[in-house]
Amino acid sequence: MTATTLPYDQLKGPSTVRRLLATPTTGPLVALLLACVFFSLTTDQFLSGGNFSLIVQQVMVVGTLAIGQTLIILTAGIDLSCGAVMAFGSIVIAKTAAEGGLPPLVAIALGLAVCAGFGLVNGLLVQLIPLPPFIVTLGMLNVAFALTHIYSAEQTVTDLPGPLTALGETFPLGNTDITYGSLVTIALFLLFAYALSGTAWGRHVYALGNSPEAARLNGIRTSRLTVGLYTLAGLVYGIAALLLISRTGVGDPQAGQTDNLDSITAVVLGGTSLFGGRGAVLGTFIGVLIVGVFRNGLQLMGVASIYQTLITGVLVILAVTVDQISRRKAR
Amino acid sequence: MLRRNRTLRASAGLTALAAVSALTLTACGAGAQGGSGGGTKVGLITKTDTNPFFVKMKEGAERAAKENGVELVSAAGKFDGDNAGQVTAIENMVNSGVKGILITPNDSKAIVPALEKARAKGVLVIALDSPTQPQDATDALFATDNVKAGELIGRYAKAAMAGRQAKIATLDLAPGVAVGAQRHQGFLKGFGIAEGDPSVVCMQDTGGDQAKGQTAMENCLQKAPDVNVVYTINEPAALGAHTALKAKGLDKKVLVVSVDGGCTGTKAVKEGKIAATSQQYPLQMASRGVKAVADFAKGGTKASGYTDTGVTLITDAAQPGVEAEDTAYGLEKCWG
Repeated sequence: MTATTLPYDQLKGPSTVRRLLATPTTGPLVALLLACVFFSLTTDQFLSGGNFSLIVQQVMVVGTLAIGQTLIILTAGIDLSCGAVMAFGSIVIAKTAAEGGLPPLVAIALGLAVCAGFGLVNGLLVQLIPLPPFIVTLGMLNVAFALTHIYSAEQTVTDLPGPLTALGETFPLGNTDITYGSLVTIALFLLFAYALSGTAWGRHVYALGNSPEAARLNGIRTSRLTVGLYTLAGLVYGIAALLLISRTGVGDPQAGQTDNLDSITAVVLGGTSLFGGRGAVLGTFIGVLIVGVFRNGLQLMGVASIYQTLITGVLVILAVTVDQISRRKAR
Repeated sequence: MLRRNRTLRASAGLTALAAVSALTLTACGAGAQGGSGGGTKVGLITKTDTNPFFVKMKEGAERAAKENGVELVSAAGKFDGDNAGQVTAIENMVNSGVKGILITPNDSKAIVPALEKARAKGVLVIALDSPTQPQDATDALFATDNVKAGELIGRYAKAAMAGRQAKIATLDLAPGVAVGAQRHQGFLKGFGIAEGDPSVVCMQDTGGDQAKGQTAMENCLQKAPDVNVVYTINEPAALGAHTALKAKGLDKKVLVVSVDGGCTGTKAVKEGKIAATSQQYPLQMASRGVKAVADFAKGGTKASGYTDTGVTLITDAAQPGVEAEDTAYGLEKCWG
């Protein structure tokens, strides 16, 4: 069994149980369900459509960032700049539309393009020089952060035109209000889950993450693939920027300061390996929901928010431990 | 093959174990809180849960909750300026059925839409420590008059200089934050000078942080070695400034004034590191806020408008014409 196989191919035999146990997403899913059961038993308000809709709405921004982060981590990279790039994108969208007189849709397109541009530069630096992703994105974090504060002059942008906050509006479903933005996030997760598991491009991404050298020898254009992935991640951060604006109703230069680490947390909790080539974008969705469920459930219980931080920390370390052990044994 | 299966099963088991242990932790956490449940719930959302000012505010709120027979639930942003975290906390609190929310807004403008939604659901919303923009986005405000706090130390510094030529350094908070701007303007007003006056020789931002305060003072001394008055946004910045002045042997020659009245800061006034500070009362803000929600829950009226929770000048070298209390009084009333 070589290291270049995909997770699903590691086990022969028809057993569904085996296959489930071999899937990195199973553990996180069990953890999520256990947490849901626990909070359903301890609080009256947890188990309701309205509350679940609220949790998804609360994780949509970090969840969307975590999609981009998953793409990068699958190639054994890491992106520290995602939150800062998103913040800059959101200020670009808000300021050009509210103060620069651009039509809202043009402002949104500009914001998406700017974020994709950051991703492109990240990708080129990582691939062509080449530099370690950690260092490149650490530098870009500072660049984007500074540009956000320079361009906004530290001022929160208010009185945004309607289309910018349209995704923050809700529609009724039964007796629950669903936010349009939540649907965008869920759709993105499904889209990337399909792209990664059901297309040649997705198989190439896994191959690249497992062994760039082997991927190159197998005729995959690894340079183009890597730069493309970083650019795509940047574009996804742009969508997160739009969701952020729609959620808060303003352009906030202070936003997103811890979102880089929060997105990495979600990816790791979802069973994706930091060593590349192993994991799934739906796992990331479960990971971001674990954080959201704990935060919401603990606040409903009236437990101080610092405990949520404590629990998240413990879960992350355990998740990485599980990944390491299963990797070592799989060799 | 066999061994690998066992491992994978073990790893799924491990993750489940992780979840169980986390939930056990949760249960312990819940136990530590000792929520009574059933009765009226009051939510407190502070800027962060690591700054002693807000820790003290929470203590005041907890005490007041016991006195008024209500349950306090608290949450905080993750960092100074974290608006999204506060929005999330508001949503969760409204969902858990709080009667009122007390909030120290991280972003006075950005928080407004979330507060409007909470008020639309009949929740009483009170701002503590600093107002929202516009101020009527909350039902009421319990806060220090920050302009007055600045003015008191401005008047004190003017009197202490006794007509000597002032060379002033201002160690401020950060651009665009109302509290910092109000204290700064108050200080200038109290000192009797306008913004841009040539006697202000250096202006630096510190974020209210001790290390940054020290760096800012070091840079100011490079720029203007003859600084003789230092205005600081808060006591951590003042202590940082003191360290920088002491390194140059200037700590006895330069007058440092500040705002806050935390216990560490008040001790620093007693030790002579800071000449005078404007003491504020976060416990008052919190306890009055909790009481307002409790009264509202009992069918009383909604609190409204602005309530000044008071500010006192604390110094052991009082100046004629500037009303002040000594550090004994200050240490009795200090927070943190």
